[in-house]
Order: sequence, then C-alpha cells, then structure tokens
Amino acid sequence: MSDVLLKVDNLKTHFFLDEGVVPAVDGVSFHLNRGETLAVVGESGSGKSITSLSIMRLIPSPPGRIVGGSIYFNGQDLLKLPEKEMRRIRGNKISMIFQEPMTSLNPVYRVGDQIAEALINHQGVNKKEAMEKAVEMLRLTGIPSPEKRAYEFPHQMSGGMRQRVMIAMALSCRPELLIADEPTTALDVTIQAQILELMQELQEKFGTAIIMITHDLAVVAEMADRAAVMYCGKVVEEATVEELFEKPLHPYTRGLLASIPRVEEEVDKLYMIEGTVPNLMHLPAGCAFAPRCPEAESRCHRARPELVEVSPGRKVSCWLVEGGAG
Amino acid sequence: MLRYFLKRLLMLIPVLLGVSLFVFLVLHLLTPDPALVVLGQHATAEQAEALRESLGLNDPLYVQFGRFLWDLLHGDFGRSLMTHAPVLEEILARFPATVELALAAIIIATVVGVTVGVISAVKQYSIFDYLSMIGALLGVSMPIFWLGLMMIIVFSLTLHLLPVNGRIDIGMEPAHITGLYVVDSILTGNWESLKSALKHLVMPATALASYSTAIIARMTRSTMLEVIRQDYIRTARAKGLKEKVVIYKHALRNALIPVVTVIGLQLGVLMGGAVLTETVFSWPGIGSRMVDAILASDYPLVQGTVIFTATVFVVVNLIVDLLYAWLDPRIKYS
Ligand SMILES: Nc1ncnc2c1ncn2[C@@H]1O[C@H](COP(=O)(O)OP(=O)(O)OP(=O)(O)O)[C@@H](O)[C@H]1O
Ligand SMILES: [Mg+2]
Repeated sequence: MSDVLLKVDNLKTHFFLDEGVVPAVDGVSFHLNRGETLAVVGESGSGKSITSLSIMRLIPSPPGRIVGGSIYFNGQDLLKLPEKEMRRIRGNKISMIFQEPMTSLNPVYRVGDQIAEALINHQGVNKKEAMEKAVEMLRLTGIPSPEKRAYEFPHQMSGGMRQRVMIAMALSCRPELLIADEPTTALDVTIQAQILELMQELQEKFGTAIIMITHDLAVVAEMADRAAVMYCGKVVEEATVEELFEKPLHPYTRGLLASIPRVEEEVDKLYMIEGTVPNLMHLPAGCAFAPRCPEAESRCHRARPELVEVSPGRKVSCWLVEGGAG
Repeated sequence: MLRYFLKRLLMLIPVLLGVSLFVFLVLHLLTPDPALVVLGQHATAEQAEALRESLGLNDPLYVQFGRFLWDLLHGDFGRSLMTHAPVLEEILARFPATVELALAAIIIATVVGVTVGVISAVKQYSIFDYLSMIGALLGVSMPIFWLGLMMIIVFSLTLHLLPVNGRIDIGMEPAHITGLYVVDSILTGNWESLKSALKHLVMPATALASYSTAIIARMTRSTMLEVIRQDYIRTARAKGLKEKVVIYKHALRNALIPVVTVIGLQLGVLMGGAVLTETVFSWPGIGSRMVDAILASDYPLVQGTVIFTATVFVVVNLIVDLLYAWLDPRIKYS
C-alpha cells in the first residue's frame, strides 16, 4: 500500500447563486500521507471549510456543486462513488469535527447515544455494545466519569466537553482520516491546548491522519507535519512546517507569518496584510493576491501563476519565486 | 416534575375562576329574563316574580355568583331550562361525540400536516412545495361551513357515498365503553358499527381538520427549514447516516417541538366543540348543543358549556406542556 492516503487534485467547488457563480474552491490540489498531519491555513473565506466538506461530499446543494477535479482516498476517487458507498466512508473511514462544539451535537439526544449511533451504523454492533464502546471512547477523551456523562444531554456540558464528545464520536470507528475544521477556535485558550493535546495523543494511538484547518499559525507549528496555505479558493504554497516557518516562499505566507504576535518582540502595532480578501465573484485577472502584494510586478496582474513544485515536496504559485510558475 | 405539575394545576384555579365570572356576568347582564324564558311570554307578573324568587334571581349579583361557584365546586352546574336535566349530565352526554370528532380531526391534521410540512421543507421550492403551500393558504382561509356544505353536496347528495349527518346509522350504536363509537366498535369487534361510524365521521373530521392541517403544515415546514440548516444536522450526515434517518430522527424531532404547541392549541380548540362543523353535519356534540342552548336562551346550559369547554382547553394545554419534557430535554420544570 502506498503512503499516500488522500490526494486532492484540481478540486473545484462552486456556488451557483442568483447574483453569479462563487468559485469558493477553484483548483485545489494537495496530498496527505498516512498518519500525518496536514495543516490547511488561510484567511477567512479562503475555502478551507468548503474544501473539507467537498472531501466528505457534504456540500449544501443547491446552491453548491463540485464541478471538477478528483479526490483519491486509498486510491479510489470519492467523487465517482455512488452516494450509498460514500455513506459507508463518512464517519467510518473519514470523520469530521467542526468549529462550533456548542451547536454540533443534537440537543434532544443523549451524547452517548449520538456516539453509539455511528458505531451501530458502521460496525453492525447492537445497541448495548455500542453504548459500552461509546463510554470507552468518552473515557479515552479524558471526560471524567464517562459512564455517567454518556447519559447526559449536550446542554449539560461545557464547550470543551462537547468538543471531546465530538472527538469521541469522530474517532469511534477508528477512521483513517480525521478532518478537524478549526476544532479549537471557539474554545478558551487553556481548553484549546488540552483539546489539541488530546488529538495528538489519539492520533498516535490510532494512527489517524489529520487535516487540521486553522488560521492560527501557532497551532500549525504545534501540530502539523506539513502545511498548505490557501488563498481565494486555491493552494498557494505547500511545504513542511519547518520549511514554511524558516523560509516562506509566497508573499502571502510571509504576510501571515509576520502577523503572528511574538512574545520576545515588543511591537506597538501588529503587522497586518494590507487590504481585504477580494470578492470571489470578481477576482482579478492575474494572481488573486497581487492587489494586496507588496512585491507585485506587472506580470502578476496580467496572468495567474500555477502551483509548481520548486523542490521535492515543496510547491508554490508565485511569479516571483525562482522556478515558481515556470 | 411533580412539583411543576402541581404548580400548573394550582394556576388553573384563577384562570377558571376568571372564566366563570366572565360567563356569569355576560349572561346575567345581556340575556333576557330567564323567568320569561321558562314561563313564556304570557305569564303573569306574579308568576314570574315567584319564579325569580325561587331561582334566587332577586339576590344581589355577588350572592348569586357565590352560590353559583359553590355549586360548581360540588359539580352542580344547574339545570337546563329546556330539558330540566342537570347541565353537567347534558354536557357529558354530548361530550364523547365532540371528543371523537376532535380526535379524528387532530389525527388527520397531524399526520397530513406534518408529512406535507416535512416534504415541502426537504423539497423546498419544488412543485410539491408550491402546491402544498397554496393548499395551506386555502385551508386557513376557507370557511368551514362552506367546505362542509360542498362536501355534503359532492359526496352525499351527488355521489351518494357518505351519509349527510349524524354519528352512526340508527340502531348501529356499539355497546357503550368509552362513548367514542369508533373505539367502542373496535373494542367489541363490531365491524358493521365501525364501518357506519367511520362513514359518518370522515366528512366532518376532514372539514374540521382543514384549518388545523394547514396551520400544522406551515409550521412544520418553517421549523424544518430552520432545523435542517443546523450544525448538528451536518454532524448527523458526517456520521454517514442515511438521509431518511437524518431527516426523520435528527431533524424532525427538533422541528416538532414548536409544532407540538400548535397541535395542542388546535386540539384544545377542537375539543371545545366545533360549533360550525357540528352544526353543518348535525353532529350531536357539545358545539351544536350550545347553539341550541343559545337560541333557546337556556343560560345555565350555555354557562355550563362555556366553563366546561374552558376547563377542557386548559387541561389539554397542560398535558401538551408536559409532553414537552419528553420532546425537549433542555426544558427544566421547576
Ligand atoms: N452556502 C454558500 N453559499 C454561497 N457561498 C458560499 C456558501 N458557503 C461558502 N460560500 C463561499 O465560499 C467561500 C469559502 O468559504 P469557506 O467556508 O470555505 O471559508 P473558510 O476558509 O472556511 O473561512 P473561515 O476561516 O471563515 O471558516 C466564502 O467566501 C463564501 O463566499
Ligand atoms: Mg471555515
């Protein structure tokens, strides 16, 4: 079996609205190896969530539709699977946890039942066994007295607890891939650290590969092996985390890195990337980042650079990078 | 839970007291002299005065009200001026017919309303959605007596499929157990009676259900539309559940919480006697009885019926509120 678990190639997911077509994801490519953690970073609206929902094939339709590309998971193109087989993958081989732990659990069912549901659905176990496994999963996520907590309703739990429940649910069937869409953004800082630690611990235990979506670069440094930087529905840079932090190639990546607050430097004003993310319906003709790029030249405004491999495993789409955009 | 229940029961007291006072005052201030109703136009002044005295109508109003309340508490609603039978007996004799009609209507309204509402929401902006929402608009705006008459003209007078009026063919009444003919027929295995009872029930129940069906369908559609956009629905899909399970287990259960209130309110209203429907179909329930009583100025019967109806209404609503506890674990009763 190859090392590549997931290979997303030229994925395009568009939203067809009355006002026009929104190319929320427009040619995204990246890959993920077994057991590794890939961080997907980028500003709000860059298409991170839509990319992950596309992998799950859970794009709200209408108005959204995957209009092109392929998503190879274990060598099988998910976009070609019938819905019935896709359902066997969701929650079983690929799981997802979301940003909003407060609203991601069904308020009218006990949390244990909600975890057990995934097990009954995919593993053909009976209700009793499923409930026992659910309690076991809750124990693994570090929830105290899980045998009692399993019978509680979501509203009886804090946000951090609920996110642990979501993690227990997502990992209950031992998926090969976990997509975590900003799993800690809505939580307190101390709880954030605990949840991230928990995810790392369970990843080691189960060998799960993780796609970690975040706009927090500290999380990237902490958790990820590699990172893909997204801007306006495209991946603009892909690299190992070390490379990315040491020598960011894309001006957008440099901008993101420069805007991290540093403890050792007393700065009066935090660096911010100038300007705002352009409207996806009216993207500039050239590089989408050119209007905000401090280094942009005239060709940047004229033509769009491709994502090209500049050194093994290292990709960037920028005219200014030696060998980039060929 | 028990404490909440008792508290709610206690709260019924001021409500029912208020209703009693209101009914009492309205009837005493606005209705013609009951003595004349009983004795007729040609009674002498002395006869009328004697009757008034014996009925206690010459006492101050508050004394009369006090006596009225005291009697109510003893289950004494007075006697009908028309039949001289105790009012409560009159009402209870008619109540099963009303309950049967109301239950049939609410079952139709709930099943049809919820189903249509769910499908409309899941297939928003489809032809089904448009047609059913036009239907719902008709349902809330169509006068019931007109709908009832149209049904009678089509199904009874033209097609001769269904009887025009009444609860059952004469002589077909099943043995009395609950007083609901459909239920009693089933309990006694009397299929001929069941057939007759259902034939009589279907038109009035459908006519009566039209308004509630429309309300429930609209409400279900709008709450479903809201619920299926929720994050936990996305979570359910991400678990790999079948769309049917996502909709009927995860979404509908949440969407039903507000719908149950509406169903409960509708049931409360229907239980109070569907005056128009019962009149159009000559359905022998408390609604049509009340119309007779009003026309005959039988004020003890009117008074008793209104208070009885109000009691049924608040009790039904109390039961619905308790149903909430089962549907929505977030509600804490205290
Ligand atoms: N249902 C929708 N209808 C229309 N456009 C949508 C819809 N969902 C997303 N989009 C568009 O897709 C773009 C990308 O959205 P996405 O949620 O993937 O961003 P993101 O990178 O996850 O941002 P954030 O960091 O805020 O979560 C958005 O700019 C939005 O305009
Ligand atoms: Mg997002």
